[in-house]
Amino acid sequence: MANQDRKDNPGTSATPIEALPSAAPTRRNFLKSLGMTGIAAASGKAWPQTMADGERASGTAPAQGSNEPLHTIRLAVNGKPRTLQVASNAVLLDVLRDQLQLTGTKKGCDQGQCGACTLHVNGVAINSCLSLAVMHDGDEITTIEGLEQNGELHPVQQAFWEHDAFQCGYCTPGQMMSAAAILKDPHIGSDDASVREAMSGNICRCGAYKNILAAIQSARGKTRGAA
Amino acid sequence: MRNFEYTRAASDEQAIAFHAQSPSSFLAGGTNLLDMMKIDIMRPERVVDVNKLPYKQIEVLNDGRVRIGALVSNTALARDPHIVKNYPVLSQALLSGASTQLRNKATTAGNVMQRVRCGYFRDGVSPCNKRDPGTGCSAIDGINRSVHAVLGTSEHCIASHPSDMCVAMAAIGAKVHVKGPKGERDIDFLDFHLLPGDTPWKEHALQQDELITHVVLDAPIAASKSAYLKLRDRASYQFALASCAAILSLDGGTIRDARLALGGVGTKPWRAKNAEAALIGQTPSDALFRQVAALAMQGAHPYKHNAYKIPLAQQAIVRNLGILSA
Repeated sequence: MANQDRKDNPGTSATPIEALPSAAPTRRNFLKSLGMTGIAAASGKAWPQTMADGERASGTAPAQGSNEPLHTIRLAVNGKPRTLQVASNAVLLDVLRDQLQLTGTKKGCDQGQCGACTLHVNGVAINSCLSLAVMHDGDEITTIEGLEQNGELHPVQQAFWEHDAFQCGYCTPGQMMSAAAILKDPHIGSDDASVREAMSGNICRCGAYKNILAAIQSARGKTRGAA
Repeated sequence: MRNFEYTRAASDEQAIAFHAQSPSSFLAGGTNLLDMMKIDIMRPERVVDVNKLPYKQIEVLNDGRVRIGALVSNTALARDPHIVKNYPVLSQALLSGASTQLRNKATTAGNVMQRVRCGYFRDGVSPCNKRDPGTGCSAIDGINRSVHAVLGTSEHCIASHPSDMCVAMAAIGAKVHVKGPKGERDIDFLDFHLLPGDTPWKEHALQQDELITHVVLDAPIAASKSAYLKLRDRASYQFALASCAAILSLDGGTIRDARLALGGVGTKPWRAKNAEAALIGQTPSDALFRQVAALAMQGAHPYKHNAYKIPLAQQAIVRNLGILSA
């Protein structure tokens, strides 16, 4: 199970996923095509169009009938400069996922309550679901895809792997981004209670908290000031 | 989220001018505003991003007061060495609120401006005088256990104020410094948030075209100790059911000065001045603290599911004062 996850995880692959052609057989594309086939079989031709509209409405283009212009923003995402056109209401999380195909950052509650969308802006952990992309012009963004360094897992990633600190894995990118930031923060105590408190903005509905805590504590002292 | 016109303000004047033009909101951290825009209970046509304005400093003034820039993050304020040393109650209150990543983003002025967590306000459909003036209050006869007040309520709204930071500021004493087209002014922190009364949609003393630039804390009370005690449904990342900010200055065995403010139980950050007066000049004791706690909750009005908050808040007061005077 864990092996499967690791093999499929674009964050651990040597090739950044954004460099892959969209038709490449990634897990995401496979699931997408599976879903579309299922829907088409069930409901005929009307569905794919609805899906496309739904995707457009998710925040990367202006709302229908809107006259609001797009904004040009420049971001450094995982060290790579990016110039993007975004609508005023485009949310950072959606732009990273939909425009840059960086789908490692997860959308959970989409209202700042679950922490699945946690990433680093200029080295600080924030909820990307409560941020407009246009607010981040000039910022450095690190997502889970950028946590590894030179093809090696970040100590937090390695520790989550070793401690089996997840079940379904959906909250895991957010957990690891929070953990990486917490281990670098000299104000946050190293005892278990302090770590649990500092991690309380990341909800795990599988309840893997015990192993998450063990993983974070074991990664302590192994971070190299990265991300 | 509906779309809107986005403007990044390069100066106060620009921010104020943009803001005055149409239904508009200032955007700082965005942790509360964008949440409310996503659930469609705030629909500004214009959003004025103030993040480039130069209000990220914490300055100690010559008279001992502390001037906090509107954009200082909750994390930065909680960790500031001068705040930790001189205003532990404020640092503790900040760190008891929200989560690590939300505190990193949330700002001082944004925290002051945050809106209530009442489920009927946030659901977008229930009658709610705050969201839709004149439609009634669903919480009065509804589920009103956790984020509803027992102090300062009216027949039109009973939502409790959600902030922890503001409770500490109410205890410390502060001014909200604002700028508008007619110039600058100070609003006393205790006058900034309004009781719901007959107009629950009016939540604060700001004019539409005014921008918060700073919060200025009163100088710390000499030789005082302070602490924030927050009681909630779970140990972290939850709004207060009842909380107590207390500052005590002891002279030998006598209380020379005292400040007391409550969270989770009031429709605004609740300063209990009558209870403070009953502490001053007295010798700390459990009996005194119980008497003072009862005084602080005098006039509290319980609703169907939140009557427990009256004894809970009293226990928070007794415990916090007990810890501080030990």
